[in-house]
Amino acid sequence: MFEHELEEKLDALLFASPSHRSIERLAGLLAPLPRRHQELVLHWAGVAAQTYAEIGYLIATLAPQVLTRLDEQDFAAWVIAGLDAYDKEGLRPAMETLRDLEGFIAVKEGRAFVRFAEIEPRLTRFVQGLAGRPLALKAGAYPWTDTETIYLPERLALGRSAEENRRLYQALAVLLWAQTHYGTFAIDLEAELARWPEREQALTWLAQLETVRLSACVERALPGLGRLLAEARGAWPAELAAALPELQAPDATVATSLRWLDHFMSAGAVPPAPSLHPRLDPATAWRVRNERIAREIATLRQALAALKSAAGGRAAAEESFTARRDDETGTVEILLAGEAVKLPDAAQAALHSLVLDLGALPPEALTPAGEGAWTPSEARGPGPQGVSERKADAYYDEWDYQRNAYRRGWCHVYEMPVKPGDGAFVRETRRRYAAFIAQLKRRFEAVRGEDRILGRQPEGEEIDLDALVEAVNDRKSGAEPSPRLFCRRMRNDRSLAAMFMVDMSGSTKGWVNDAEREALVMLCEALEALGDAYAIYGFSGWTRTRCDIYRIKGFDDRYDDAVRAAIDGIEAKDYTRMGVAIRHLTQLLAAQAARHKLLVMLSDGRPDDFGDEYRGTYGIEDTRRALLEARRQGIRSYCVTIDRHGQDYLKHMMGPAAFTVLDDVKKLPLKLADIYRRLTV
Amino acid sequence: MTPTAIKTITPALERLARAPYYQPVADEVALFEAAAQKRLPVLLKGPTGCGKTRFVEYMAWKLGRPLVTVACHDDLTTADLVGRYLIVGEETVWLDGPLTAAVRNGAICYLDEIVEARKDTTVVIHPLADTRRALLVDKRGELIQAPDEFMLVISYNPGYQSVLKEIKPSTRQRFVALEFDYPEPELEARIVANEGGVDLEMAKKLVKLGELTRNLKGAGLDEGASTRLLVHAAQLIGAGMAPSAACIAAVARALSDDPDMNETLDDLVRAVF
Repeated sequence: MFEHELEEKLDALLFASPSHRSIERLAGLLAPLPRRHQELVLHWAGVAAQTYAEIGYLIATLAPQVLTRLDEQDFAAWVIAGLDAYDKEGLRPAMETLRDLEGFIAVKEGRAFVRFAEIEPRLTRFVQGLAGRPLALKAGAYPWTDTETIYLPERLALGRSAEENRRLYQALAVLLWAQTHYGTFAIDLEAELARWPEREQALTWLAQLETVRLSACVERALPGLGRLLAEARGAWPAELAAALPELQAPDATVATSLRWLDHFMSAGAVPPAPSLHPRLDPATAWRVRNERIAREIATLRQALAALKSAAGGRAAAEESFTARRDDETGTVEILLAGEAVKLPDAAQAALHSLVLDLGALPPEALTPAGEGAWTPSEARGPGPQGVSERKADAYYDEWDYQRNAYRRGWCHVYEMPVKPGDGAFVRETRRRYAAFIAQLKRRFEAVRGEDRILGRQPEGEEIDLDALVEAVNDRKSGAEPSPRLFCRRMRNDRSLAAMFMVDMSGSTKGWVNDAEREALVMLCEALEALGDAYAIYGFSGWTRTRCDIYRIKGFDDRYDDAVRAAIDGIEAKDYTRMGVAIRHLTQLLAAQAARHKLLVMLSDGRPDDFGDEYRGTYGIEDTRRALLEARRQGIRSYCVTIDRHGQDYLKHMMGPAAFTVLDDVKKLPLKLADIYRRLTV
Repeated sequence: MTPTAIKTITPALERLARAPYYQPVADEVALFEAAAQKRLPVLLKGPTGCGKTRFVEYMAWKLGRPLVTVACHDDLTTADLVGRYLIVGEETVWLDGPLTAAVRNGAICYLDEIVEARKDTTVVIHPLADTRRALLVDKRGELIQAPDEFMLVISYNPGYQSVLKEIKPSTRQRFVALEFDYPEPELEARIVANEGGVDLEMAKKLVKLGELTRNLKGAGLDEGASTRLLVHAAQLIGAGMAPSAACIAAVARALSDDPDMNETLDDLVRAVF
């Protein structure tokens, strides 16, 4: 078939796909295929498009590449595997299944393999348990770390069983964590490696020598993991035998490995092929490490400056800070005038991380930051942009932590309606989760059903024994007995108003947005059973002059079709300027008469806005300030986030115990209502 | 009505015979003694199972005073603390509640997890916690002036997330507040070894496990393993259980019901042993 014929046919099949506009390119892609293959592709793309146009489009796009690896029969099986995934799990997993051709082939050949995505949540939590500082996990071409992120291969099929592959993943993650924890990058390795013209060979040797040393370190601290590593790698290659005793000694450092590198490279020895091999990228690791050190020294110096100014005119203010190392535990304390000082959490974490990186504190870290001595990297923000013609509905101050003052009337808030959806998403959610919703309702009714018994009532359904005994006693002793002798059941009045603030920033596009909408459906169903007053607002925006607040459900709105259509219409918009949204919604919440007021934020990341100004410390400090203001008005706040790397700033921003980090966005719909229940029992 | 017209039962309170095991962490013992000397009430803050209750027991023994502990719950009323009338045969008697008994006996009254109690209990707590140091037993029309030895101690866990369970500023500002946390690893290992009856080597591994779980706080766990849980695990090991089985039962399963989180906790247990 010629390109224009193909284009016509594809057009007919895929007209509903959002990618429809690039049909021409697609036709060009399929044109070189033999006729038989073209027909095969058109057939299966058509079948898939009837389920979901976008899947049909994807199949056609991938087909030329897939057909080089699969015969016609297997091609059909590949399409059906994708459609199965759609039926069971939805669009995104379907697309992933189709893209993962290697995985499909591995299954077909009966090889047991494990995908990174499968073990990621479990491994991330595990590494967080181990780590002295936050480490992220990402998929990469091969296993390595830049000291802040651990990269692991997309898929592992080395082991005989899936379980064995899972353990290999764990072993790789442990070795890479050990590189960051036991000082592999404490020396500028790049400079050492430059001595050898056969760089690749030297790098391989070094990686292996370090693996020996680090395995021994892990073995000493965590014997269970030591066994895991030993099982994963088997016996050490014979070539390494001479180096083992020194590398495995408790006082071995990366310098020991370098000495042996020198030994092997001078002898011109070829490194053995290892069974388990994390790689090294010393240049990147060194850069990331130095950036981190600079950042952390700055954090520490700022904290010390704050401590110093808090000490005020006291004699201590004249003293300088010193560090004391506890040799037994390896922890370092900072002293002022001979007394240990308590650092804020962020500074404490920076101190810990610096000691990990450098072994000791550099002297410059102990000099408090002076006035203007440190300018954070955030550049000044952009001027007013996209100013709307409509007058803003409200203006709010914003906290500038660098000035230590508010910028008056800085943010312009516009209350906007949500463009209602057709309600299909909500209907589908209610149908799909029907059993779960029923269960949720029962659980919430149980909370509501806790009636209270009021004693000493003038009338009621039961006799109050305590009151009766007293009355008898009073009568005996000649006093006038009280007539209030009854108990009455009272419905428990929770007197609680909850505001849900939903992140509608661009980063929520796709599955986060889906999860948020599903979670809100569950929440509404549950809260209707509970009877608490609640409201749902979305927020997004673009710079300080356009902070949009979307009303999805006001406190006075009933959970009806209009609200359901609004939930349906929640979509990913622009940025996340959190502070102003909190301030605006705080006003609405404060106007409620309830005794307890709760603000729940749903978010997928840290505060952010267009330009660099709001990103980073500025946004976090402003958000924190806005929450403190809310707190002063008697409003408690809580944050539910899927930002797995949110630990570091959330504790500072929200306060301890005021946030939950979900490791998997898919859990949001199942967990949100329960989190709310736990917050309010 | 006179209080003497009716027979009154006041439970006799005993002093602790043996010194409870307690490892001081910082200057909490000296602070508590100073507060006791100056007749100030004390608030203990800290996560569950970090040794608050044991500390109060230890201080009661050290000061030679009886101790009355009340575990507060959401149905705890003023009457439960102050006392109530009972009918015994033909006779009406008054039974002192734990708080009244403590006041009369010059004891330390420890209200554990005070935020759980009903709000109306503050009516009796406030006058005892400021310079008045008096307990009003309104049913008897009696005002009991607390002797110098009486001391009010309350505790709460700031890690609880419920909006409905907060200690009011008007209450908290009457107390001297001592903050508790899990002890430093060295010290915690000694505590686990001593309380759990295992050697120091094993205790250090258990403390390591504790640290690893505490790294997960906020990422799926509300709280990491408490010292108490580690002691439980040590006791199971002392009774002959395999360390990993003991830790899975006493630590991992005690921390979470979530299957995913349990997997991670099991991984951490296996990492340590």
